[in-house]
Amino acid sequence: MTEIIKEDMLIVIDHLNCIYEAGTSMEVAALRDINLVIPKGQFVGLIGHTGSGKSSLVQHLNGLLKPTSGTIYFHGQDIFDKDYNLRELRGKVGLVFQYPEHQLFEADVFSDVCFGPKNLGLDQKEVQLRAYEALKQVGMDDDYFYQSPFDLSGGQKRRVAIAGVLAMKPEVLILDEPTAGLDPKGRDEILGLIKKLQTETGMTIVLVSHSMDDVANYVDRIIVMNKGQIMLDGVPKEVFSHVQELEAVGLAAPQVTYIMHQLSQNGFPVDTTATTIAEAKEAILKALHSI
Amino acid sequence: MNIIEAKKVLFEYIRRDEEGNVEGITTAVDNVDLQIKQGDFVAILGHNGSGKSTLAKHFNAILYPGEGTVWVDGMDTQTEENILPIRKEAGMVFQNPDNQIIGQIVEEDVGFGPENLGVETAQIWERVEESLKAVGMYEFRKKSPNKLSGGQKQRVSIAGVLAMHPKCIVLDEPTAMLDPNGRKEVIRAVRALNDVEGITVILITHYMEEVIHADRVFVMDKGRIEIEGTPREVFSQVEKLKALRLSVPEVTLLAYELKKAGLQLPDGILSAQELVEELKKLR
Repeated sequence: MTEIIKEDMLIVIDHLNCIYEAGTSMEVAALRDINLVIPKGQFVGLIGHTGSGKSSLVQHLNGLLKPTSGTIYFHGQDIFDKDYNLRELRGKVGLVFQYPEHQLFEADVFSDVCFGPKNLGLDQKEVQLRAYEALKQVGMDDDYFYQSPFDLSGGQKRRVAIAGVLAMKPEVLILDEPTAGLDPKGRDEILGLIKKLQTETGMTIVLVSHSMDDVANYVDRIIVMNKGQIMLDGVPKEVFSHVQELEAVGLAAPQVTYIMHQLSQNGFPVDTTATTIAEAKEAILKALHSI
Repeated sequence: MNIIEAKKVLFEYIRRDEEGNVEGITTAVDNVDLQIKQGDFVAILGHNGSGKSTLAKHFNAILYPGEGTVWVDGMDTQTEENILPIRKEAGMVFQNPDNQIIGQIVEEDVGFGPENLGVETAQIWERVEESLKAVGMYEFRKKSPNKLSGGQKQRVSIAGVLAMHPKCIVLDEPTAMLDPNGRKEVIRAVRALNDVEGITVILITHYMEEVIHADRVFVMDKGRIEIEGTPREVFSQVEKLKALRLSVPEVTLLAYELKKAGLQLPDGILSAQELVEELKKLR
């Protein structure tokens, strides 16, 4: 590292490379020379099609995978240093896997959420306090606490699973496809909940997704991955302006972007950078008034 | 001719404790009447837990109605000897491609269905070939399914059903686990089956955009069919769909918002092209 790591640079990824089955004929480079800085409190959308390397990247962030070369600094400390306490890191960088409800196993909701903090070695009172707080954070009513998690709806199960990670009080919350399989309302609820966590607690969020429509309304920054490399990195508007490049790698801009482009091609003087319905509505009304 | 007909269908999940006493009853399908015409492309929408998957499982006799009757191609699903012919006529594709593929090689997997039906070997190969071609996976026939993407695996699953020469194919959220590319591939393949081969398609999905080409849309809530109509009729009811935890395609929503802001637009606009044409009229 030549640059000095500043206080607010929570995560610094430095020349990270990951090669699976190196030296064999099956060798695949999952990550190639990734360099990123994620400041504290940012809501990052990590986008890429299946096999682009996004899951490999997030699994490095809490030390589940070890890089072939390069490293990651968390609070300025090298997490792959042999003296670094990875166990502690996993409490601070919480990872919510795809379909996390498949990992629910306890007899009731409350015990399930207690499992994480209990393993951190906290005393019982603190464990229960944290579980209670986490369940409130995800909007679960007291009535559900002693129900079996398996009797809940899909969206509720997912919220309980997220609460299980929140109860560890992580500084960074990473979610891998948290809306997969949910109905549209369920998608909005989960994404709204995550946004609320960011604004109210200042938690740093990394949201892995392949849906641009999902992330367009919520994130501060989008990182697009392709073939193990970072292809685009910027605020949503800037990233979505690269419509053709996104299409070429099997991703799509939000549908609103396409509508705005079509209007522009048909001679409407609209602002084509609109990415949300509200922005598009304003842009179209403005364009119609100006004609 | 109706390929599927349901009359006053009721289905309950009964939870029991360890001693077998009834703990609770959930009515998953509640007094449903519906008819699906041979050759139609039908979509079923509904939030998680609305009963759509439970209803779909009645269409190939995985579940039987507690009350009421389901007929597949005129055959009552509760009659024991109808089960095999029904399963042959109505194939089912599920959400997770990894749970449905059993063969070591793509073509072997696709041949599994017809083999179990006792089809002659030479004919099995013919069916495997035509099915894989229909979903655009013929060039992958010698590959291991492990090496395929989610969308490709799902198309292999569809080919597996197709090789049984069904009249009707039920797809239960086939794109839920796929990326945008995979979703497009699968929907394209499904539409081709309907357009070219004339197979009745029943598509269950949470993606509103996948529904706009359907002939008919059913919207379920609490085990009942709440809305039924063409995509345009259904997506005209923005507020009602939102109340049912669903949404409408983004372009439909934008048009709806513009209309609320005072523009003279028709209800239920389904494509960007349509919206552009309508806005041109207002210039």
